Amino acid sequence: MADPMKIRAQLKGDVTEIRVLMGHAMETGQRKDAAGATVPAHFIQSMTVDVGGKRVVDGQIGTSVSRNPVFGFKMKGAKVGDKVVVSWVDNKGDKRSDEAVVA
Amino acid sequence: MNTTRRTVLKGATASGVLAGLIAAGALRPTLVLAADWNKAAFEAKDTAGALKGIGATAASESKDLMLKVPDIAENGAVVPVDVVSNIPNTSSISILVEKNPQPLCAQFDFANGAVADVSARLKMGQTSLVKAVAKADGKFYTAQKEVKVTVGGCGG
Repeated sequence: MADPMKIRAQLKGDVTEIRVLMGHAMETGQRKDAAGATVPAHFIQSMTVDVGGKRVVDGQIGTSVSRNPVFGFKMKGAKVGDKVVVSWVDNKGDKRSDEAVVA
Repeated sequence: MNTTRRTVLKGATASGVLAGLIAAGALRPTLVLAADWNKAAFEAKDTAGALKGIGATAASESKDLMLKVPDIAENGAVVPVDVVSNIPNTSSISILVEKNPQPLCAQFDFANGAVADVSARLKMGQTSLVKAVAKADGKFYTAQKEVKVTVGGCGG
């Protein structure tokens, strides 16, 4: 199981800023290890952000995203106390889902 | 992943049903569920292929699509990007790095009040154009900017 995500959701005026840090190796499948063997690709393929029970962002990700990806999103219409659920699935079928609350 | 689909495809090819399905539009790759990873686009080896994969072959340049990237990235492993679209009804933003082995980095679809403003951190193998593609009302818009990648951290 992967490390928990760090999620921060903050209401500023009428815009809610959501920032997510995912702990993931994001191996491209291009890199070689010390012995010269190719490190197999292992990366997050899809991620979603739900706020207050509604799907806000539906993302697909490739190998060109950095290790331990950080994403920032903005949305309108969220209230303080709304539940933010961020989930991801990688190419090996590992998944992780974490929650935060709009502050 | 997708083992059932594979089995279906295998069986179908032999019997020739596959051609029928494609003709009927049932297997059109652009119509797959959002949760399904767009393999063709993400595994494309060049920008043209990736753009084709997301359906954005006829994209026009737009000043309302803002791409914020550093001019010089000292560490190609972590390049911050920020894409803001002021185009009305922007429903999706994609980010590409032209010279990466697989140019398409990410595609985000927005709904339910999401603002078309996304930031991410990318990997860049070498100096390259970074391209943002926004989809609004079924049309595609692009913006691009070059990021110089210096290896070794000399800042040169």
